[in-house]
Amino acid sequence: MLEISNLVKRYGSDAPVLKGLDLVVEGNTVVSVVGASGAGKSTMLRCINRLVEPTSGSIQLNGRELVNLRGANLRHARRKIGMVFQGFNLIDRLTVMENVLAGRLGYVSLYQAMTRKFPQTDIDRAFHLMDRVGIAHYANKRADELSGGERQRVGVVRALMQEPEILLADEPTASLDPKTSEQIMVLLQSLASELSLPVLINIHNVSQARTYTDRIVGLRNGQMIFDGTPGEFNQEALDAIYGGIEAPDETGGEEQPTEEAQTP
Amino acid sequence: MVEQTAELTARPWTRYSRKERWIRFAIYFVTLFAVVWAIRDIDIFWPWVWDAPTQIQNLGSRMWPPEFEAWSAILNAMLETVHIATLSTMLTIFIALPVSYIAAQNTTPNRLTLWIGRFILVSSRSVNTIIWALLFVAIFGPGVLAGILAVMFRSVGFIGKLMGEAIEEIDRRPVEAMEATGASRMKVVLFGIVPQVMPAFFAIVILRWDINIRESTVLGLVGAGGIGVLLQGSIDTFAWQTVATILLAIIGLVLLGEALTSMLRKKVL
Amino acid sequence: MKETKSGADPLTGQKWKKPPFIASPWLRYGLLVAVVVYLYWTFNTLPFNWDRIAEGLPRAARIFGGAFPPSFERGELMWTGFKESFQIAFLATLLGVILSIPIALMAAKNLAPLPIYLLGRGLIILSRSFHPVIVAILFVAAVGFGPLAGILTLILYSIGFVAKLLAEKVEEIDWGQMEAMRAAGAGFFKTLIYAVFPQILPRQIGLSMYQLDSNLRASAVVGIVGAGGIGSTLMNAFGRYDYDFAFAILILIVGVILVSEGISGWVRKKIW
Repeated sequence: MLEISNLVKRYGSDAPVLKGLDLVVEGNTVVSVVGASGAGKSTMLRCINRLVEPTSGSIQLNGRELVNLRGANLRHARRKIGMVFQGFNLIDRLTVMENVLAGRLGYVSLYQAMTRKFPQTDIDRAFHLMDRVGIAHYANKRADELSGGERQRVGVVRALMQEPEILLADEPTASLDPKTSEQIMVLLQSLASELSLPVLINIHNVSQARTYTDRIVGLRNGQMIFDGTPGEFNQEALDAIYGGIEAPDETGGEEQPTEEAQTP
Repeated sequence: MVEQTAELTARPWTRYSRKERWIRFAIYFVTLFAVVWAIRDIDIFWPWVWDAPTQIQNLGSRMWPPEFEAWSAILNAMLETVHIATLSTMLTIFIALPVSYIAAQNTTPNRLTLWIGRFILVSSRSVNTIIWALLFVAIFGPGVLAGILAVMFRSVGFIGKLMGEAIEEIDRRPVEAMEATGASRMKVVLFGIVPQVMPAFFAIVILRWDINIRESTVLGLVGAGGIGVLLQGSIDTFAWQTVATILLAIIGLVLLGEALTSMLRKKVL
Repeated sequence: MKETKSGADPLTGQKWKKPPFIASPWLRYGLLVAVVVYLYWTFNTLPFNWDRIAEGLPRAARIFGGAFPPSFERGELMWTGFKESFQIAFLATLLGVILSIPIALMAAKNLAPLPIYLLGRGLIILSRSFHPVIVAILFVAAVGFGPLAGILTLILYSIGFVAKLLAEKVEEIDWGQMEAMRAAGAGFFKTLIYAVFPQILPRQIGLSMYQLDSNLRASAVVGIVGAGGIGSTLMNAFGRYDYDFAFAILILIVGVILVSEGISGWVRKKIW
């Protein structure tokens, strides 16, 4: 269970990006966070695994406070939080298998990491997960030889390798073409129920949020202004979140950058 | 799915195949062997190596504090250094441009001139400034002239090579258009090539001037003029505090040159 | 030109001049005058010893006469010199490149905290500020004649070049990969090994090859001030007016440099 209470983030002396956010995510729900660019979605997600340092507030994962952790404690907490990125953030020059095993870096020793001598259990787990998402045959290919959708699958598997208690996804489909991005959303949805894992997805595409998630959270100017089921997410909520800022991506992502830009 | 582990047999995975691992080991081994050979074979008196940090510290302490008594002589020598760099860069242009013209594949008149051009560039580039200086000191005696000639002979290769490459990269079409008007060779060069390589030319000359300033500081160590003469003299007489002053002056000059060239580059380009 | 817009004027008889390269006439002619004055001034103040220079031509004739044909007779001496130069260049490259990695990481703004960054930058600036020949002279004064001074000099020379360019490469790395590794709970060293090293590896190998080639050239030069290698052999030959031997060494130096440049270029192209 993830409990965020009164979370504030302020960069330097500017106006805060997050203004006292409260959010509780339970069980294996898939929660999408929608909001215009600059609403604080990405900052909120990065506060959870402390890639961004929160200014004040509290974040608890299964009863463990995350905000004050340092050093080894922080790294141990991060192992339990998987993250999927918008730009995949794979290590381009390493093989798919190495990228996937990188999800175990919080567990193995420095020597094992350096020599790539991962425990057989990790390798088994990697193969199973890769089989599940359909990329096992790429194990020894270099990550930059894959297409965008395949790369994001590697990213998902890497996050799952951590044996996470929660999965964070920061715009996981924004760099993909519409068809591939639907596939990734389906994948995230089904993995959440298979692994009974809560998933928190930042997403720009409102129609995908409606279709593939159990709950929608709307942010605007660092404050939560909507929290409900996709059914409750009506035009009024949409206007409240995006009104006067920009047209939301209602139809399905034609404006998104396609994966051609990503594949070498 | 992860719970299905039992159904699937364990699949081993290693980063490198057996062959790749052997190649890696071979590379490691060859490198190690080369290191061991080099260390065992080289003519080094090992006690000196262990003593080196103390010796270096010692030298450092003898240099402190810098002594500024000879400042006017140092200033003069610095000026001379700058003159060597500037004059030789200016004079080099007159040699390097024709050479680059015949060393560029698209402008050279024929194969023979191409190879002559390339030969000049290669021989100029592969002999270091200091070695050129050694030669010219032997011919013309110690002094500024040997220094200027040495820097020039090295710069011809540098400027010539880069200019040649700039010429090879030009857009063919304006040249063709000029040729189509029936212009003479000289006019084609003037209207079709010169405007295209102008920016490259300034960038290269400025860059080389900067390098030449650094090179000119060491010419004196073989007697070819500039601040190096003073440096060598101070070292020979163990005037370490003066050496420190000279070193500071050289740093100042190099930084000044760098600042000036970056300013010029912004102005011109 | 744009003057043709005023259609009332007859088009014939208009004057056109190429717009000058430098717009302000003051600056244009000022520069020209400055160059002339500069040339006049330098030629008058620089200490040219014209009598000695006048002897140049006959001397050149004597030197080149003595140099032809180049004498490869003392092959033994040449071999020792070249071998030593190789050893100096090889050891200095190895040590220099190994030392460059931590210094480059220290000098990368995105990785290092400010005090460490300044220390790293300072080390790089320090090793870059002097021409290797000056460094060699100082090391020869400190640790005596021979290859040790040469190795120390070229280590510093390698750090100045490799660490600087490597630090620039580290500053350009894709930060997302760093984030991903940190999000997986990897510590500093694991993040380095997985997110930083793979990204800088091609540049690192390219730079090392380039530096080996460049150290080999430099080792011939630092030898001239007594830091071992073929440069010392060349200097001795010059000192004893052994021009035929010196010329042979020079030819070999040029040959070796060309071969090494070729090999280094080929390897870099292969790996890139």
